[in-house]
Amino acid sequence: MPNNYDDIIEKLDNNQLWDFPGGVFPAERKTLSNQTPIGKLPIPERLFVTVKQHIGVEGHLIVEVGQKVLKGQALTKSMNPFAVPIHAPTSGEVAAIQKHVSAHPSGLPEMTVEIISDQQDKWIQLNPLIDYQSQPKIKVLAAICDAGISGMGGAGFPTHIKSSPKKDVDFLIINGIECEPYITSDDRLMREHAWQIRQGIDVLCHLLKPKQVLIGIENNKPEAIEAMQVACRENPNYRICSVPTKYPAGGEKQLIQVLTNREVPAKGLPMDVGIIMHNVGTCFAISDAVFSGKPLISRVVTVTGEAVEKPSNLWALIGSPVAHLLAHSDYNPKLQKQPNVIMGGPMMGFNVINDKVPVIKTTNCILAPTDTEISSNNEQACIRCSACADACPVSLLPQQLFWHSKAKELDKAQDYNLFDCIECGACAYVCPSEIPLVHYYRIAKSEIRVEQEEKQKSDKARERFEKREARLIAEQHARDEKHRLAAEARKQAMESKGNNAKDKIAAALARAKAKKQAVNIEEETSVSKADLANDVIEAAAPNETTEASATQPTTKVASSNQRVQAAIARAKAKKAAAEAATSNVEVEVPSEVEVEVEVEVEKNNDKVSESIKTETQSKNQSVNAKEPAPHAAKPEPLKPESASSESVSEVTATKTATIAASKKARIAAAVAKAKAKREAQKAAETEQTSKEAPLAEVEDPKTDSSQEPVKTQEQQIDMKKRKIAAAVAKAKAKKAAEKADKSS
Amino acid sequence: MSLGFAILTALLAIGLLALIFGSILGFAAVKFKVESDPLVEQIDHILPQTQCGQCGYPGCKPYAQAIADGDEINKCPPGGDATIKKLADLMGVEAKSLDSAHGTEDVKKVAFIREDECIGCTKCIQACPVDAILGAAKQMHTVITDECTGCDLCVDPCPVDCIDMLPVKDSASSWRWDINTIPIKQVG
Ligand code: SF4
Ligand code: SF4
Ligand code: SF4
Ligand code: SF4
Repeated sequence: MPNNYDDIIEKLDNNQLWDFPGGVFPAERKTLSNQTPIGKLPIPERLFVTVKQHIGVEGHLIVEVGQKVLKGQALTKSMNPFAVPIHAPTSGEVAAIQKHVSAHPSGLPEMTVEIISDQQDKWIQLNPLIDYQSQPKIKVLAAICDAGISGMGGAGFPTHIKSSPKKDVDFLIINGIECEPYITSDDRLMREHAWQIRQGIDVLCHLLKPKQVLIGIENNKPEAIEAMQVACRENPNYRICSVPTKYPAGGEKQLIQVLTNREVPAKGLPMDVGIIMHNVGTCFAISDAVFSGKPLISRVVTVTGEAVEKPSNLWALIGSPVAHLLAHSDYNPKLQKQPNVIMGGPMMGFNVINDKVPVIKTTNCILAPTDTEISSNNEQACIRCSACADACPVSLLPQQLFWHSKAKELDKAQDYNLFDCIECGACAYVCPSEIPLVHYYRIAKSEIRVEQEEKQKSDKARERFEKREARLIAEQHARDEKHRLAAEARKQAMESKGNNAKDKIAAALARAKAKKQAVNIEEETSVSKADLANDVIEAAAPNETTEASATQPTTKVASSNQRVQAAIARAKAKKAAAEAATSNVEVEVPSEVEVEVEVEVEKNNDKVSESIKTETQSKNQSVNAKEPAPHAAKPEPLKPESASSESVSEVTATKTATIAASKKARIAAAVAKAKAKREAQKAAETEQTSKEAPLAEVEDPKTDSSQEPVKTQEQQIDMKKRKIAAAVAKAKAKKAAEKADKSS
Repeated sequence: MSLGFAILTALLAIGLLALIFGSILGFAAVKFKVESDPLVEQIDHILPQTQCGQCGYPGCKPYAQAIADGDEINKCPPGGDATIKKLADLMGVEAKSLDSAHGTEDVKKVAFIREDECIGCTKCIQACPVDAILGAAKQMHTVITDECTGCDLCVDPCPVDCIDMLPVKDSASSWRWDINTIPIKQVG
């Protein structure tokens, strides 16, 4: 393998490097800003800290509007490993948490914490980790994460993730290359803070244990190279590599190629070839975080271009509006035909929407060029000179990409590896027809992304649609099957209608099933009706328990009998429910008991008589003892009476007479509730006229019983009623409107 | 003689091979039979799966079936011209403009229930073709925005008119580069 570790080291020892294809040599224009030391800025009055400043997910806010914050205080927090917090860049008060124009090419507003500075710049308590070497790695990583450090060179990848690789690391590459014209922030940082950068590298070495550290610096920055060499003198494992100046040597994949000749696979990460890369700015921030506990709240920003009179590098607090930096550098908009401020370099940067755009963690340059510096855009037809292909550092065919992107033949553009394009702009730079090639690629890329997202969404929708269809069909089948079974049972019962009790029981069972069916169907076909039924079941519940407790004692006899009776009881409850939906509940109660007793009397003729006997016995016992039957589902001591095998009239009489007052009240309340609900439903379905009478009825039993709960109930019902009335009114209006629409 | 024999054996051998492979293929055709019509599947994958029924069919799949059976390809408003173009490519027919009888292409929307007005009638749940509405009888209902296809089918059944169709907002991640917003030019 030509790219194995020893070969690479040998070649590096001979001061030889590799090269990447293509590349261009734009005018550097670095001397504008790299002659003066990094300047200090006054604290701006207001800072706008964007919540999401990196790739991954944002944390959730842990401050509120009006809260006082100290410099360095965390503003967000998250459990997600891909989230890093943001911090207050200075002390002051949170003035607002709202959407604010973002440092993104779209300028779309993003959630932002606005802080009004109190100009005291008071630090929060800092917790440095000076003895990091004796600490577990996880603690150091946590410190880096808590300091909010994400890559400061490009996309802003959370640093702690990059620093916890699963594989062995051959090379840790420190990217000190600033290949874009104008930008000098890393240059100045290396010249002035080489020691601190080295400390950051030390921390990274502790975490990554690389075999070798390569610090790549372009050969047009001799001062920076020297400063770093001095700082790293004691450590033989740190190798400063002077890289030939060529754009875009600072691209991650390009620099790896230059230093190690390894190629990062498309869609892969440097880690796949045993390499981790960090920017010098990130190293500086790491040492700040570990040795002084300071979070990432400021960075070096180059403010340059000929439209600013004092171009320089400045320590800018994250969240400072661009206007603040420009004002400090004497920006003169008169030198431009129209205000034009670029964030980032001239090759890969973007125009800011307005000067309120805040500095974020990846902002390395603010460029205000005059009109002569940047040529006007007058795009002409492609002459197929293929200069672009020669310049492309990724060996793509920019011309084909351009054709297909412009013609919206997105799949063909993808066939030409559109997504390997690093948007470096080298092709556009050399294009004699001045075609803004990169912009076409960006548009095509975002369109492809949107298309893919839509595809995913539609796939999901299809799946859900199909699942739902399947479910509906299954439900329909189940319903049909039930119908069929019920019909069969009924038929059977009809055919064998004899005198013996067994047949009677079967018939009763069939009826029970049919009734259950009816209720079920009702439930399924119309939810509102089902609700109604449910409500009435609620009301009828005491009846059900009456029967249930009545039938329970028979369990002593044959279990089949018991089951039969339970079924009958259930059937009746259901029937009661169903019928109550159309008629009066109170009328229903006695008739039910009647049927029940009828069946039981019939059973008397057969062997069931025994059971009835025991039943009566047990009932008498329980009545005497005023205790619930042992198997009763709900202990209601007085219920068993209603099922005694005497006569119908007696049953009803005893029932109405002997039931305790409190119970009566309860049942009455339940019935009243059911009625009210039913009424409400009815009203919702038909008209409001019949509302008054039942309501009056509702009131009577309530006054008998306990007052308090009734009132709240009434209130609830009232509220619901009002809501429903409003809804009905709306619905009516809607219907009327529709009708009017149709008739007109 | 020997030549004739050789030809005979060759013919026999080839015939035998043909028989063997033929039966293998025949068996495979029966055994691994693909049930659904691949054309319908393909068409279905092009349709936007909004399941709105504007095409006159109860969902995208039925419309896909109808197209395969010879129906027009310009009846799907949510898909718009892009979908028609793709369908035309697939079916080998001329792309035509959207049949306005079925509606016009609109910006993408999702349903939103004004929750304090909802009376919990569950009608919208029954109308939603992709089960994107959550709720229970007499409880407040809500739309799972991520699952909503913007089909508009829940709006009409709502007795209190508390469902709005809101346009999907642009976010920085779904934002499309616009050639006009980036007039950065080269360094002279
Ligand atoms: S912008 Fe893309 S296509 Fe153009 S040179 Fe750079 S990598 Fe190649
Ligand atoms: S450099 Fe410009 S003109 Fe030349 S082939 Fe590429 S796109 Fe066409
Ligand atoms: S009109 Fe609606 S249902 Fe018909 S294919 Fe288009 S999205 Fe699907
Ligand atoms: S149809 Fe309207 S009122 Fe009924 S549940 Fe849905 S949103 Fe609520």
